[in-house]
Amino acid sequence: MRHLTMTFMTSSWVCAALFWGCIVFAADTVVDEPKRATGMQQAVHGAYLIRVGNCMGCHTTKGGQPFAGGRRLSTSFGIFVTPNITPDKATGIGLWSEEDFWQALHQGKSRDGRLLYPAFPYTEYTKVTRQDANAMFAYLQSLPPVSQSNPTNDIFFPYNFRPLLAIWRALYFKAGVYESDQSHSEDWNRGAYLVQGLGHCNACHSTRNVLGASQNDALTGGQIMGMNWYAPSLSAQLEAGVGDWSIEEIVALLTTGITKRAVASGPMATVIRQSLQYLSQEDVHAMAVYLKSLTENESGNAPGVRFSVMSGSLRRHLDLGGQLYEKYCQTCHGSDGKGAPGIYPALAGNRSVIMKSPVNAIHSVLNGGYPPTTAANPKPYGMPPFQQILRNEEVALVVSYIRNAWGNRASLVTAVDVDRSKGEGY
Amino acid sequence: MLRFILSIFFCITAIANAYGGTPVVVPDTMAERVKACTICHGAEDKAGRDAYYPRIAGKTQGYLFNQLRNFRDARRYYQPMAILLENMSDEYLLEIAQYFSSLQLPYPAPEQIHMQSEEIKLAERLVYSGRQEKNIPACSACHGDNLMGVEPAIPSLLGLSRAYITAQLGGWRNGGIMRSQPSDCMSKIAKQLTDEEVNAIAKWLASQSVSGEPSPSHILLPELAHRCSQNILENGGTK
Repeated sequence: MRHLTMTFMTSSWVCAALFWGCIVFAADTVVDEPKRATGMQQAVHGAYLIRVGNCMGCHTTKGGQPFAGGRRLSTSFGIFVTPNITPDKATGIGLWSEEDFWQALHQGKSRDGRLLYPAFPYTEYTKVTRQDANAMFAYLQSLPPVSQSNPTNDIFFPYNFRPLLAIWRALYFKAGVYESDQSHSEDWNRGAYLVQGLGHCNACHSTRNVLGASQNDALTGGQIMGMNWYAPSLSAQLEAGVGDWSIEEIVALLTTGITKRAVASGPMATVIRQSLQYLSQEDVHAMAVYLKSLTENESGNAPGVRFSVMSGSLRRHLDLGGQLYEKYCQTCHGSDGKGAPGIYPALAGNRSVIMKSPVNAIHSVLNGGYPPTTAANPKPYGMPPFQQILRNEEVALVVSYIRNAWGNRASLVTAVDVDRSKGEGY
Repeated sequence: MLRFILSIFFCITAIANAYGGTPVVVPDTMAERVKACTICHGAEDKAGRDAYYPRIAGKTQGYLFNQLRNFRDARRYYQPMAILLENMSDEYLLEIAQYFSSLQLPYPAPEQIHMQSEEIKLAERLVYSGRQEKNIPACSACHGDNLMGVEPAIPSLLGLSRAYITAQLGGWRNGGIMRSQPSDCMSKIAKQLTDEEVNAIAKWLASQSVSGEPSPSHILLPELAHRCSQNILENGGTK
């Protein structure tokens, strides 16, 4: 449907452009015509870029008016409420100029000069070119204005004292458009531009320090703020590094959400549904080339435990989890943990099962979920939520079991870990 | 000799199975795709930890489709459903609604609930006649004479547990099951009901037995359709 809407919008612009062009031509005043056509093309290109940046993901509430903001982002610094970015003059950005928009995206400053909180990922968006920023602005200004005032941020002291952001910026922010690395291919550079800039992958796939700053562009993975999800490292083979994947397989995961050895779940599934599945073949290919090239980071998270011989009591403990596995999981994931490739993921050797952080595995058992519906996978198979059936202790047993069966080795999970994964934020 | 070869073959197969496990065969069916739903809404686990989860088999398609979208888009709030549906397209949700709507499962025996005859009278009056003076229509006026719902988007009221019915009516009385639309017609109706009436209706509905495969009706009075247009429109009540 979204795709359809998108196509429809795109084609209506093209029609409008042609129509306008005809009228202008008929009236024999060709002066404005080239400029106007460029404006339309620019907005169409901007619509695509806005998709790539998944702006709608944050600037829309569930079921709300697109781009009218109001979504609450809960962080350890308080709750940020995303603003309305439709061209409404009173409640949106209807009074903004191209320059104002550039200042926000590139410098992290609002129209009135106020410093923006980095919950808006200008730390990444600063890499976007002026040309792309202008196109994005043209698209946003072409949207129907929505009059919607959103609640104000609810940020804790002392973070609510905005001038402190100047210090934060001095420490962690450097404005600057992406600069091509001549030692790499054009494809690689395009991928890097998208991943580091507009795609703002680093906003989730990195560890944030106590002041909420992502430490580098290395995509080394981290707990997602305000969510019970861990965004795995994209530069470690032990987590979600794709150095040994083929480009086709990386492309497939990014656009369909499922491959023979991996399934996107949680926030990543949402990113694929809202954004990545609409990327052009060239762009997603470029991203794959870049992601594949990220070298393994040796200091990345390694599985928490390494033991070759299990004690008798440990074996008995895991056997309890094994019994639960047999009862609830085996029909889909198989007695050998190999699953049904492309449908039900294998658990044997599955990196998201054996990662140091067990939160994603716990989350999946508790809440279940479906991969995103995409053009290539319109009717996905799903995982049931077991929260309603299993107690915390049982979830801990079964997750401990899958982390240590079929040659998997990872730390055990306790009922306390499971309990911590419940509640707010999903 | 042949016997020997065969027995060796079977031995090898058995060993291979013991070590390699049996491969998972996944049927290409809707039943397989909605296993995540039937773990709570299905027959097997319903008697499990609680009997709260409502029957969805045989409910009108439009009703199911609207509810699926309401859960996904946070108009009706229940986190486990919201998580499951988060990344599903309208097309797929419609297919899921079609599947459950056409699914015919036998109705379980009704709950055994003791009711005083006064209470039964009260419930029956509300269900079949309503209360004009408080602008409460009869349940049957919208949900069908047999209370099995009305096509395309009004749900059946039978085959649900007392806990579920009470919780829904309670939700509506406290400002609406549907977030951000507190004034839908069921909310207005439920707010007119007393505690006593809510209890009587929930007990009575949960204790009705359903036999055979009764189907939803197709008749709805225009004024009631208008009153509840927000709930029964194809767009699920969005603006």
